Amino acid sequence: MKLLKRNNNVLPGFGMTLGFTIFYLSVIVLIPLSALVFRTMEFTWSEFLNTVTAPRVLASYKVTFGAAMIAAVINSIFGVLVAWVLVRYRFPGRRIVDALVDLPFALPTAVAGITLATIYSPNGWVGRYLEPHGIKVAFTPLGIVLAMTFIGLPFVVRTVQPVIEEIEVELEEAAVCLGANRWQTLQRVIFPVLLPSILTGFALSFARAVGEYGSIIFIAGNMPMVSEITPLLIITKLEQFDYKGATAIACVMLLTSFTMLLVINLLQKWSRRYAE
Amino acid sequence: MSEPLSTTKKTEGRAQTEPAVVRWTLISIALIFLALFLLLPLAAVFGQAFEKGLSVYLDALKEPDTLSSIKLTLITAAVTVPLNLFFGVTAAWAIAKFSFPGKNLLVTLIDLPFSVSPVISGLIYVLIFGLQGWIGPWLQDHDIRIVFAVPGIILATIFVTFPFVARELIPLMEAQGKEEEEAALVLGATGLQTFFRVTLPNIKWGIIYGVILCNARAMGEFGAVSVVSGHIRGMTNTVPLHVEILYNEYNYTAAFAVASLLAFLALITLMVKTIAEWKVRQQLENN
Repeated sequence: MKLLKRNNNVLPGFGMTLGFTIFYLSVIVLIPLSALVFRTMEFTWSEFLNTVTAPRVLASYKVTFGAAMIAAVINSIFGVLVAWVLVRYRFPGRRIVDALVDLPFALPTAVAGITLATIYSPNGWVGRYLEPHGIKVAFTPLGIVLAMTFIGLPFVVRTVQPVIEEIEVELEEAAVCLGANRWQTLQRVIFPVLLPSILTGFALSFARAVGEYGSIIFIAGNMPMVSEITPLLIITKLEQFDYKGATAIACVMLLTSFTMLLVINLLQKWSRRYAE
Repeated sequence: MSEPLSTTKKTEGRAQTEPAVVRWTLISIALIFLALFLLLPLAAVFGQAFEKGLSVYLDALKEPDTLSSIKLTLITAAVTVPLNLFFGVTAAWAIAKFSFPGKNLLVTLIDLPFSVSPVISGLIYVLIFGLQGWIGPWLQDHDIRIVFAVPGIILATIFVTFPFVARELIPLMEAQGKEEEEAALVLGATGLQTFFRVTLPNIKWGIIYGVILCNARAMGEFGAVSVVSGHIRGMTNTVPLHVEILYNEYNYTAAFAVASLLAFLALITLMVKTIAEWKVRQQLENN
């Protein structure tokens, strides 16, 4: 500890940079976020419970969390496949595909929203082929799942990809030497190593989907009780000048995000321990 | 450092033990999935934008409301990105070069805006500066508008793009250590000289990476800005909000024409990001 301290003293600017960091963090993030918590405390307990468990609000949780869960499952399956293919196989255009995976991060959500809604509407590029089979995507809960899958895709790929890169071939070779076939190796050797990162990616993709707004509202249809997501409900309450209602629901969502953040941090710790 | 590197190299060459049929099936499934989910939407943006020809496309972009939304988006990014860049470098310096109690908590708190729903990011500023908010009435008395005006848009954008530069620089600067800076100081350089001549060249690509992502989000943010904007046409509409208005007015070609600007920005972002990533990786391997 003493050694560390002496080393630190050589570089200048610690007090100033840390001071500014904490100041800016407080002004931009901590104080505004605490406003939400303080405003919620103006409620009585039963008032709060009634607001956040009203039937329309409960239905919105069901739609939001349900769709986010399905989207995260789809992303976990295809995300692992994409990551595996990108790391282990060589094919023309691999680098471009690799770069393109981040498109949902880079493409503004409103653009993604209107585009997905247009493609999957009954006369859109894809929608017109689904319509005759009775599959309606746009303006149904299925559209919400689609939009959430789109925005969550990079999370699983980008958390699993570096772990696959780090897997030591010796491990697989040892399994083969001990008589395992390829499927057994994948199942018993590789999958356990990947599992923490898959779960982390799943949680990240789920968390992002739960809070997502822009890419969903255009394709969702936004029917109360059926296809209305919680973030939209917050905005609806705000537009009706129901600030208290908006605040209470937002507080529930914030608590959910913090719980997810905690889970993700624990998962990351777990996967780091695995890597060492 | 050199040992783990050589094993990764080996991985690339020998690990393919699936039969070719399985390999190509997996590649095909992955590519079809990505084409359907990523390439198709991207193509659709440009397809819809140019559906009625180039002149209709250009007319949509020349419309005064579109131009004013572009101006507002540029102003927002021009304020937001430098502020968050300055914060990012400062925070990374404190966190990566020094050890102090509570460091992990600080890093978690810096990442916080990423885990908050964009809608909530806007709402918190309405709760503070709005008419029913903490200091809303006082602002009203002094005729200062923050929410439903440009300052609110900028504040919400700063919030959602807050972590980008810092979270990129912290691990990079931690990996680079502080020996080079210490050497410079021992040789008589001042603190600022050390930063500009030693640290800055080392983190240059990390900064570019963080800035390009921060800029993309600042120009593309929709949810948070939508809550605080008030949607006054020609006044408080950013480009994404303008896209929404055009789309809701069934003016699809114009909506996609304006959206194509943002899609183009996204493509440039991906390109610069890929180059920066490659450079950062290269730099870390050289260390």
